Amino acid sequence: MITPLSWLKEYVDIDVEPKELEKKLFSCGFEVEESYEVGKDISNVVVGYVESCEGIPDTHLSLCQVNAGEHGTFQICCGADNVHAGGKYPLALVGATVYATAKDHVTIEGVMKIKKGKLRGYESFGMLCSGTELGLNEDLYPGAGYNGLLVLPEDAQAGADVKPILGLDDWIFDIAITANRPDCQSIYGIAREVAAVLGKECKEPALDYTETEVQKDGFTVSVDAQDLCPRYIGHYVYDVKIAESPAWMRRRLALVGIGSISNVVDITNYVLKELGQPMHAFDYQYLEGNKIQVRRATDGEKIVTLDEKEFELSSSNLVICDGKKPVALAGIMGGLNSEITEATNEVVFEAAKFARDNIRKSSRALGQVSDSSAMYAKGVYEYTTVMAMKRALHLIEELDCGKVSSTHVEVSTGNSIEPKEMKVSISRVNGVLGIEVPEKEMLRILTSLNFAPSIQGDELTLQIPAYREDMESYPDVAEELIRMYGYEHVTGAFMPTAAVTAGGLNLRQKTELKLKRALCAQGAYEGVHYSFFSPSDLDLLRLPEDAPERHAIKLINPINIDLSLMRTTLAPQMLHAIARNQKKGILSGRIFELGNIFIPKELPLTEYPDERETICAGIFGEEESFFTLKGMAETVAKTLNLNFTYEASTKTFLHPYQTAEIVCEGEKVGYLGKLSYEIADELDMRVPA
Amino acid sequence: MKEKLQKIRENAIAQIESSDGLAKLNEVRTTILGKKGELTAVLKGMKEVAPEDRPKVGQWVNETREAIENCLEEKKTKLEAEALRLKYESEKIDVTMPAEKHLTGNLHPMTQVKNQLVDIFGSMGFEVYEGTEIETDHYNFTALNTPQDHPARDMQDTFYLSPEYLLRTQTSAGQIHVMENKKPPIKIISPGKVFRSDDDATHSPMFSQMEGLVVDKGINLCDLKGILDVFVKKIFGENTVTRLRPSYFPFTEPSVEVDVSCFQCGGKGCKLCKGTGWIEVLGAGIVNTKVLEGCGIDTNEYSGFAFGIGIERIAMLKYGINNIKLLFESDLRVLEQIDD
Repeated sequence: MITPLSWLKEYVDIDVEPKELEKKLFSCGFEVEESYEVGKDISNVVVGYVESCEGIPDTHLSLCQVNAGEHGTFQICCGADNVHAGGKYPLALVGATVYATAKDHVTIEGVMKIKKGKLRGYESFGMLCSGTELGLNEDLYPGAGYNGLLVLPEDAQAGADVKPILGLDDWIFDIAITANRPDCQSIYGIAREVAAVLGKECKEPALDYTETEVQKDGFTVSVDAQDLCPRYIGHYVYDVKIAESPAWMRRRLALVGIGSISNVVDITNYVLKELGQPMHAFDYQYLEGNKIQVRRATDGEKIVTLDEKEFELSSSNLVICDGKKPVALAGIMGGLNSEITEATNEVVFEAAKFARDNIRKSSRALGQVSDSSAMYAKGVYEYTTVMAMKRALHLIEELDCGKVSSTHVEVSTGNSIEPKEMKVSISRVNGVLGIEVPEKEMLRILTSLNFAPSIQGDELTLQIPAYREDMESYPDVAEELIRMYGYEHVTGAFMPTAAVTAGGLNLRQKTELKLKRALCAQGAYEGVHYSFFSPSDLDLLRLPEDAPERHAIKLINPINIDLSLMRTTLAPQMLHAIARNQKKGILSGRIFELGNIFIPKELPLTEYPDERETICAGIFGEEESFFTLKGMAETVAKTLNLNFTYEASTKTFLHPYQTAEIVCEGEKVGYLGKLSYEIADELDMRVPA
Repeated sequence: MKEKLQKIRENAIAQIESSDGLAKLNEVRTTILGKKGELTAVLKGMKEVAPEDRPKVGQWVNETREAIENCLEEKKTKLEAEALRLKYESEKIDVTMPAEKHLTGNLHPMTQVKNQLVDIFGSMGFEVYEGTEIETDHYNFTALNTPQDHPARDMQDTFYLSPEYLLRTQTSAGQIHVMENKKPPIKIISPGKVFRSDDDATHSPMFSQMEGLVVDKGINLCDLKGILDVFVKKIFGENTVTRLRPSYFPFTEPSVEVDVSCFQCGGKGCKLCKGTGWIEVLGAGIVNTKVLEGCGIDTNEYSGFAFGIGIERIAMLKYGINNIKLLFESDLRVLEQIDD
């Protein structure tokens, strides 16, 4: 999850260096997969104060004297139309690195190093920069989108590093979140962990707002499929003024990769990233029948989503409808028909908990993925659903873009969002770890995780917040303790309480190894091939339509057709292996494989198939013959203490007069023979096999 | 008569001396000593000799025969020695020519690693259990605390054969079979092929894992660390140490990733360990009580740990193989090189 350091600092007073924070997060279970400074490619760019600026005759260029404080005053040739004396702009000193842009002045084409230059005969000791050249856009810094110089604030100190001014000294962490912690799929969720691991307070985002007395008469919400939607909250907001979002919000969204659209839409995205709760805003004007209904779609029902794609739905999809039609694909994407536009002046905000499984299945089946569906598929807790609606309404007021009515409709199955009491035995918790965590440490750690611990004798009582649905019993408590206490406290032991057992291979496993070693002694190398093969491999062997080998188990979702059948014979892959070696110029060799073939009792599978361990040897080269191969068969027989007899036979893929069935105790147990010339040709083999 | 014998004798010796091979020598023997030979003829003519002279003549004949035979024998030895000398000479070789290739074969790198693992864990009392490659959804997921709607299922892309049957994605599937059929103490390792729908330079749709499972009284995280410490020292060298860090698997709680100190740079940081000094080698944890209870094991009495090792990963690290696919190509040039 992309997490900007500056956003985390909104909630936690982080007083350690980014690399140190990364280590702390790693030690408590949050691996930082990547971390970098926002302005990692920018260096030696300072505030430049243009003292004088004169046009160079017959050009669009200006010749400027730029004061860079302690760095000196430099003559700079500048082509931007907005340069003027008295202005402050980013100045890349000689030796600085900034982004090179294409002719459109927007596309970044790599990093360039600034050198002393000469334009139209005038020397230039550096470059005044645009926002793009510093990797910025309008969302990241107001004015940075202008095709000209980036204008710095008037109070900027000439010569000062521009990075802190422009937020380029911010850090981005890409944090891996394990599947048991969906509560950390948000900036605030991570902040809670950061606070715990640093031993700091975590400040909750402001959730307060004031409802007016206005109500939307007759507005109702009904949830027909409560199994798929245990909580649905709708809140009516009026006097909406669609406008641009403030710079701070646009910047944060930009840092996590979301472009700003408009204040109301940005609020839903902001809450999604901040708290991990997908939200939606409907334009009330387009909701027919004064109502919202959450139900399964009817078969064949259609919806066009915000990205203008049309979907035909079935009863396995959940939809949000107004009085007449679907207006959103629940948890995945809103409908185009109720989209927020510049003209919107009444909005219904939605915050809901949809079943993880249903959203994941629908999203996959329809091939429609969004930040919202990805979040639901990971899991959203109702605690957050409630919190998110408050946060969105607070932001409406903070951004002054609408009025919060008192029409608040909440339909739930009654799940509690209050902390849940949990009692565990301290000795059992320590028993999992094999060490004694000091009581003081225990209390410190569990307090930092907001579990409000108390200890009475061996009994530890915790109040588990509702956003920690993963906390179920004593092993979970043990895990929380040790990840914060530190795994280095776990010392190696050697199962002092366990019973003594005899280990090692059983007879069959020993025989298998003996057989492999015997074949190696015959000069054969062991190969391992995939357990699946291609239907064309059966054709390669010229097997008739009714051959038992064709009765193979199919993969429902193979990677490709060549890996789509469970193998019923080891022969084709052995032939391919021989052909591959020959193509690489190896003209003699012996290979064997000991692996399973899969014989289904019936198809599709209703019981475990027979996984038959089979041995296959392939030899090739001018020196090899039917009889050298027969020698290997004899090796197998001898190793297994068996007697093989051989009867002349035929196989569709072998030489008609150099093929034998292997018979053991009256039963056909295998075959051997020389590969047919037709197949050797087809595989471009150069020597006999 | 005496002169006659003397002549035979001289003639014979001359013939013997001039013989240039064993065949000629035999011819000489036949002409003189054979049934129709000259000396034999003399004996046959005895009846014409006066009776009183017979003993004397007999003695002469015998003397002659003896002399000829001695001469024959001497010549034979000489000729035989000569023949052998020639034979040796004809078989002269250039001893500096390259040696002939001895036909050798070898076990697959994965079998080599597997055998080492089996030896290590076998000596610590672990039995080897081999499950099936085709499993049910129940054993591969549900019984491992990964029900249908669990997000952990997204961690692994599964090949399905029917709604119920699939290619196992982890050897952990075998845990349940073992625990259903055997009561504690349980100490098993379970090596085998597993399958995930991944196909690129670092992922193969088929690879092998080895699961380890211990269920007994009082088993805890320290025991897990102790066993794994022994394992990594034996596989990667005496100086290797482990580091546990928190992770998540549905069937263990707590769950850990186990890193080993980089055996190439000794922890200073190099290309192999991507500069971190540590290499991730396996996942492990304390068996989730739900999994034990699902198998009818009383968690008030017993607890356990489990770990899962990627066999190819170990093979690739140990033998410096950079592309997992090489392991499934049966390229003899590759297989020849790895003999541990």
